[in-house]
Amino acid sequence: MSGENRIGDTILEVKNISLSFGGVKALTDISFDIKEGEVRAIIGPNGAGKSSMLNVINGFYHPQQGEVWFRGKKRVAMKPYQVARQGVARTFQNIALFKGMSTLDNLMTGRITHMKTNLFWQSIWAGPAAKEELEHRERVEHIIDFLGIQAIRKTPVGRLPYGMQKRVELGRALAAEPKLLLLDEPMAGMNQEEKEDMSRFILDVNDEFGTTITLIEHDIGVVMDLSDRIVVLDYGCKLADGTPDVVRNDQDVINAYLGVSHD
Amino acid sequence: MSPLFLNALEVIVNGLMAGIMYSLVALGFVLIFKASGIFNYAQGVTALFAALTLVGFQTGQVPFAHLINTIFGTKIHHWGDGFNTILAIILTMLVMILFAWLLEKIVLKHMVNQAPIILFMTTIGLAYFMEGFGDLMWGADIKTMDVGLPSGGSLWLEDFTKGWAASGTEYYGMYIDVLDVWAAGIAILLVVALTLFSQYTKTGRALRAVADDHQAALTVGISLRTIWIIVWSLSGFVALVAGIMWGSKSGVQFSLSLIALKALPVLILGGFTSIPGAIIGGLIIGVGEKLFEYSVGGLLGGATENWFAYVLALAFLMFRPQGLFGEKIIERV
Repeated sequence: MSGENRIGDTILEVKNISLSFGGVKALTDISFDIKEGEVRAIIGPNGAGKSSMLNVINGFYHPQQGEVWFRGKKRVAMKPYQVARQGVARTFQNIALFKGMSTLDNLMTGRITHMKTNLFWQSIWAGPAAKEELEHRERVEHIIDFLGIQAIRKTPVGRLPYGMQKRVELGRALAAEPKLLLLDEPMAGMNQEEKEDMSRFILDVNDEFGTTITLIEHDIGVVMDLSDRIVVLDYGCKLADGTPDVVRNDQDVINAYLGVSHD
Repeated sequence: MSPLFLNALEVIVNGLMAGIMYSLVALGFVLIFKASGIFNYAQGVTALFAALTLVGFQTGQVPFAHLINTIFGTKIHHWGDGFNTILAIILTMLVMILFAWLLEKIVLKHMVNQAPIILFMTTIGLAYFMEGFGDLMWGADIKTMDVGLPSGGSLWLEDFTKGWAASGTEYYGMYIDVLDVWAAGIAILLVVALTLFSQYTKTGRALRAVADDHQAALTVGISLRTIWIIVWSLSGFVALVAGIMWGSKSGVQFSLSLIALKALPVLILGGFTSIPGAIIGGLIIGVGEKLFEYSVGGLLGGATENWFAYVLALAFLMFRPQGLFGEKIIERV
């Protein structure tokens, strides 16, 4: 990865997070940080608690123990929409788009946290509301160009193929101009070509917009290429944390992924 | 043209007008059902309540007069001559918004993630509550609604159409109630406005987003509870318009709340999740029941309008349960 000075201060830090559902422990005493401008990966075998971790950051889950610090402040328990308004956008493993709405409208919903005019101006579609619509429309068109999805601008996303939907979902998250972008398995179920496209978008987003990205991914090769630092989870515990090289050579990680003989 | 054809035409036109009134009520259901998956049984009573409140403001009634008189032994009933129509409509709308807000704060927030049947039961409770509350607030007597809309048959149209029939036949022109024309015009305006609002504004987009996927809506920063307050206010507004129209036609009284029952077949025809469906469903029912009554009603002893819509809905349930425009339910196995 190039440009060492693109990575700045800590933007988000989780401290001693423990999360359980009834008797099932999903996360145990997890701590790590995410630095501004970096691509941070969370990996681990199935059921390791990766998605749970993302849901904690995103506000869908509230951990029983531990703290989340965002931009230097301890975060109180928040609803997902409040977290979104703070500048955290995300995508989902199994795509959560507005299926009946067009690509353009889906991306426009990503701008909602930035749109400020009140209901009155909106109802008569005049003055500040009309101006605001056009401004945000322009931003969205820029993202559409960036992702190369001009051809499907007016198509209801429910009709798009899977790989395209993944791309639109990324677009919607980007439209929010997030300070932190969470990607839950952005390449799951994609073929090699689609994976390469997606990897390129992730790197370009990070490069061009300086967006901090945290991603979960199963494809180890992709993860090693994309990320600056990697957290490895297994059975809800943190196994390792560091650069791809450190993680690659960590004995615990090798054991967790390849299994270890008990003789 | 033969008088028979002209009569049929008149029936169709009247059916379309009646149909738009049905659509108006159905629209209130669709708005709430799309956004929250709640079938709001109280929609009809809401229309009644809105109409009562409007008349109350217009005529200067003291709210809860009966209750106050019973407790304090006073004899108050009116505080003055009332507000003019425009102000009364604005005030009524504010009451409907306040009502939506209270409903969310007191009831709906405890109902998140409950089964649909429980939400449905809640709205049944709500319907009975509003019915009683409306009586308590404004009294149970039948009131007349007059918001200045013209009514009565159109003489102009009668004269205009008189010459259409072939000479020598007995034809006295077409009868159409001007109030129906106004109601239809206002309903069309309302639907166009709602459609534009939902397509081209931030809040409209948020409404559609919530209707589509709750989880995704949350992640882009939409507060579901705010949206629910907006949706219930909107459906309160639609109920107010429906209440004004039906109230002007047949007086403000308990039976006004029963128009909700006529909206049911409309919804089954059009689909519970489609705004165009509610409109077209309403038109089909309106025209269908009038034409049926006109053509074969006599043979069946008349009054077919009371049941025709339900039978048509039943037929639809058998062959196309999602309605004309509803989302098709496909179960993956």
